[in-house]
Amino acid sequence: VRICVVGCGAVGSLFAANLAQLDDVEVWAYDAAQPHVDAINAGGLRLSGAGDVVGRLRATTDASTLPPCDYGIVATKAMHTEAAVAATAHAFADGSVATVQNGIGNEETLKRHVERVIRGTTFPAGKLLEPGHVQWDVKGDTTLGPYDDRTPLDVVERLADACTRGGMPTTAVADARGPQWRKVIFNASTNPIGALTGLAHGPVCERPDLRALVSGLVEEGKAVAAAQGIELDADPEELIDHAAKPEVAYGHKASMLQDVEAKRQTEIDYLNGGIVRFGREHDVPTPLNQAIWALVKGVEASW
Amino acid sequence: MTVCIAGAGTIGSLLAAHLARVTDVSVLVRREEHARALNEKGLRVSGRSDFTARLTAATDPADLPVPELVIVASKGNDLEGIAARLEGEFVGATVMTIQNGLGAEEVVARRGAWPLLSSVTFMSGTRHSDTHVEYVLDTATWIGPFRETSPADARRVAELIVSAGLKAEAFDDLRPAQWSKLIFNATVNGVAALTGLAHDTHFAEPPLGELVHELMDEGKAAATAAGVELGEDPWEMNVLATQRGARHSPSMLEDVRARRPTEVELINGSLVRSAQANGVAVPLQEAIYALVRGKEASYS
Repeated sequence: VRICVVGCGAVGSLFAANLAQLDDVEVWAYDAAQPHVDAINAGGLRLSGAGDVVGRLRATTDASTLPPCDYGIVATKAMHTEAAVAATAHAFADGSVATVQNGIGNEETLKRHVERVIRGTTFPAGKLLEPGHVQWDVKGDTTLGPYDDRTPLDVVERLADACTRGGMPTTAVADARGPQWRKVIFNASTNPIGALTGLAHGPVCERPDLRALVSGLVEEGKAVAAAQGIELDADPEELIDHAAKPEVAYGHKASMLQDVEAKRQTEIDYLNGGIVRFGREHDVPTPLNQAIWALVKGVEASW
Repeated sequence: MTVCIAGAGTIGSLLAAHLARVTDVSVLVRREEHARALNEKGLRVSGRSDFTARLTAATDPADLPVPELVIVASKGNDLEGIAARLEGEFVGATVMTIQNGLGAEEVVARRGAWPLLSSVTFMSGTRHSDTHVEYVLDTATWIGPFRETSPADARRVAELIVSAGLKAEAFDDLRPAQWSKLIFNATVNGVAALTGLAHDTHFAEPPLGELVHELMDEGKAAATAAGVELGEDPWEMNVLATQRGARHSPSMLEDVRARRPTEVELINGSLVRSAQANGVAVPLQEAIYALVRGKEASYS
């Protein structure tokens, strides 16, 4: 099986390096960062932290050099999906492409370029320490499912099996929207609150007024999911309270807060912006998500 | 009419210096070195006016002559402290508050039986030092009766301020103006503090302008429920201000940038509490209030 990871940042690297441990899988990585690609080709892709792994794989910044692949795993930031998939789509003419990105709407973007799309949600996290070296912060599960009836479930199962054997526990399900929406609602209801206030996850949850705002955002997200017939696999509120525990992510600065501190474009359009968009399509009002979206767009406009 | 300005921040300094050109003005301040500097150097105004005023300053009201009018001009967060220091002093004087938000009058009223006037000010400036303030926006101060004062009392103070070269207007009932400003401030200050944007055209255009509009609609509903018919429309005030192109940095944005406590309690807090007391839902104003308080909590 030949698998290409598209966007080999922190999350993409976790998949690429772990999959590269398997004898029956050939891993490629497409990434825009030349130093990272050069380091991977020279010394392999190294993970340290929650697991210590060195993966041998072939990396490139030139999509035209990619061979035909059975699978793609897209792990770019959501705003780079369109460009990355447009460049690499030729390699997946006979393959299937999974997204493990944050937010909603990525599948729709993939579908414009490739026939077989796999919806995915992943919880592991890390950060790029230096070219070729990623810190693996949190282990976690991944759920994959067909985006539409063009993708057979057994095709999804083969990819999930490879990920699991490689060390990234992954489940294939017929409808992966439940886990996806649970994570989107979690992210949309907590990340921007951290980004706007500067507070880590735990302190946000400890303040009754902010925790009430978080719950208001969760309620809107749940209503939008329900209007689409999506059954959440668990209540996002549980995930929020779990993450607030000292031993889990009490002091964790949301990625969006890290983006704001570094004055980098955030994923707000794919989180709260996505909830607002899907809400509008299904006649579900989302005034709080709309407000938070507008505020973070304002933050981006202030740079 | 002799005047004591209690609290010499930006607004207090602007009032003290201008009024000192037409009457005897004393200034009550918190820090000894501030009082000393004012007594030695006077108070310089630049910008729209350019002069240096002579006045008397002290940190203890007992060291100042009893004035006919006291203008409590401290920032909202210093109000309790300055009101406590006025307790038992300046008997016979009329006291006027000028703080943002709602409730400053009540804070002062608890400390003494003075006749009270209410006011809100739209003028702005930049305080460069203890003895130098720049006069930036020459917009008006609005004055109305509050306790044991009449519209005529409000008019006399307005006339005094106008004679000093500032803009002022008296109203029989100040609450419509006060609420217009409250809604404007809660919205513009809150959004500016959270986004880092100065008050510019973003506030009048999508997507942020839509949020600003909705926040002001909530504020108007809260005003109606409080039995107040608004004076100026806060949304129109917003559009006009952004069209002037001044890109004014609201004080709450300045406070957040400097990691100082903001006036969120007096401004956003009083709007939200009034709405809640009257059974009006203001979920977006509550969100802004909670977020600004969260931002303050992140300083430590």
